[in-house]
Amino acid sequence: MSRIAARFAELRKANRAAFVPFITAGDPDADTTFAILERLPKAGADLIELGVPFSDPMADGPAIQASSLRALQGGMTLSKTLDLVQRFRRKNATTPIVLMGYYNPIHRYGTARFARDAAAAGVDGLITVDLPPEEDEVLRVPAAAQGLDVVRLAAPTTDARRLPAILNGASGFLYYVSIAGVTGTKTFSAAAVREAVAKVKAHSQIPCVVGFGIKTPEQAAEIAHFADGAVVGSAIVSLMAEAVHSGPAKAALVENVVNFCASLADSVHAARHEPVVE
Amino acid sequence: MSGVPPNSWRTGPDMEGHFGAYGGRFVAETLMPLVLDLEKAYEAAKKDDAFKTELDGLLKHYVGRPSALYFAARLTEKLGGAKIYLKREDLNHTGAHKINNCLGQILLARRMGKTRIIAETGAGQHGVATATVAARFGLPCIVYMGEVDIERQKPNVFRMNLLGAEVRPVTSGSRTLKDAMNEALRDWVANVEDTFYIIGSAAGPHPYPQIVRDFQTVIGNETRVQILEAEKRLPDLVVACVGGGSNAIGMFHPFLDDPDVEIHGVEAAGDGVETQRHAATLTKGSPGVLHGARSYLLQDRDGQILEAHSISAGLDYPGVGPEHSWLKDQGRVKYFSATDRDAMEAFMALGRLEGIIPALEPSHAIAHVMRVAPRMAKDQIIVVTLSGRGDKDVFTAAAALGEKL
Repeated sequence: MSRIAARFAELRKANRAAFVPFITAGDPDADTTFAILERLPKAGADLIELGVPFSDPMADGPAIQASSLRALQGGMTLSKTLDLVQRFRRKNATTPIVLMGYYNPIHRYGTARFARDAAAAGVDGLITVDLPPEEDEVLRVPAAAQGLDVVRLAAPTTDARRLPAILNGASGFLYYVSIAGVTGTKTFSAAAVREAVAKVKAHSQIPCVVGFGIKTPEQAAEIAHFADGAVVGSAIVSLMAEAVHSGPAKAALVENVVNFCASLADSVHAARHEPVVE
Repeated sequence: MSGVPPNSWRTGPDMEGHFGAYGGRFVAETLMPLVLDLEKAYEAAKKDDAFKTELDGLLKHYVGRPSALYFAARLTEKLGGAKIYLKREDLNHTGAHKINNCLGQILLARRMGKTRIIAETGAGQHGVATATVAARFGLPCIVYMGEVDIERQKPNVFRMNLLGAEVRPVTSGSRTLKDAMNEALRDWVANVEDTFYIIGSAAGPHPYPQIVRDFQTVIGNETRVQILEAEKRLPDLVVACVGGGSNAIGMFHPFLDDPDVEIHGVEAAGDGVETQRHAATLTKGSPGVLHGARSYLLQDRDGQILEAHSISAGLDYPGVGPEHSWLKDQGRVKYFSATDRDAMEAFMALGRLEGIIPALEPSHAIAHVMRVAPRMAKDQIIVVTLSGRGDKDVFTAAAALGEKL
């Protein structure tokens, strides 16, 4: 069983949703990312989304755009991102890592070589924002050969005709984009997301993780009631921006991020076990 | 050149929007249903005579088409070689070829019931053309424009404001055309219900490269008729400048299946293709994926997109339309480049010899013509697209000449 499948099996047993933090590899440098990565599992991260910085992040809002830029200015690359995962894997064999980014760096690296190197480094899945099902075969085939999941996305614009086609061929989990917009901008409507997740569940057994508009522990808990996981990205990387601007010691920055992630994780994990306050 | 040439060079794209290995629909899932809708709406519009009639009427009475095909006698004489004809897209309403496509797309927007128009712009010509058609049809319009371009194309920013459009400065990345396109895509993703994105280049996800090309082929179609009338034969060489490549594909496409017509695209070489500061994507780039399509790109070893550099804001783009990438690989069209300095010389020459101040974008094409015409026979014929007029560039040109306005 893959690390991702094993993790969702455990969570299902415990009747818990997954807390999935997103951080950008190399923001603001590789060592800081590593220091955070290393502490995320203990802080309650069930899966980790590691952003691969790209010069033209078209689906991202200002927070992740800035984060990508900081990482690129710090010299981060796709191959150094794999190095980070490899370092993480030396100490952690169970927490799945999913790389999230855009297709061009992978295209440039070469899809077959990338799938091989990513699997060897200990990556578990790939979310490639600009590879819709119509175009993802080029990555899905070499990834599958290496046991890597290619996570597909569904969005509020995805209609009933499209959804089955997306789910047919999805692996690992489905990423439901909670808002029509770029990352970290609008606020989702819980009722609409609940309905969308229910539609996914009606078609497929695949775990459904929700992201794009979740910023607070309260919002994460709201999602955790009915989805299999909640991703928080922009709110976390915004902490990095503040730290970069105000320049506290790296240790304090890491501490901040880890503490925020712990509060998000607690909230997600408690969600289904607390009485609902009407 | 790879393999046997196809029976026709004009059949692309295929059902998935591919021109050979190029093109496609590399967009976020949120946008995917929208580009599929657009494709459906466009296919329906193409079959609708009323759509064609309305567009043709607007092109004739609002844009002033057909645009003239003008024999540049003094330029020809000066160069001492082939006869040079200028396809005068600079004489269109709004002063460039961009309006041809904008009218077509806003009619599509209306058919689709969209009520809000967005666009990206580099030089501002596409922004002005979009603002113009939005005003003409009474729709609100937002134009994304890089801060750097706003600075060097101030007259066009003011024109867009006069037309009632809102120009939103883009401060991310290199603050030029590519970043404006990123920002327009972000806007579109956030306003999926009511918004139509009018893309100005023959680039972006399928079906845009096809839509833009089809609306721009009016340039080449008219040119064929006009040159046959003037010279009783087709030209030996057709030339156009290539940034994203919309005027070029519009001029080239109707000539692709004429084996005796040689076709040259001219990219912006900035300080020179041997330097790091140029926009010669096809000459110096490599295939990659940006803004929804696979095409040639300027990129580094890690697949990060590089900044392009050109004196001309309209060519300052690190990508190119996917059909050009295919035509390059197939060898049907040859791509060259001209530096900022070459373009400035051509800009000056056309003003002094023909009384026509060209935009800096087609000045690159003129520069190429000035290189090749003298090597051609006097009975040979060159047609070059003069894609826009140079009024918008007078400040940039003055700065390049060391003068202050």
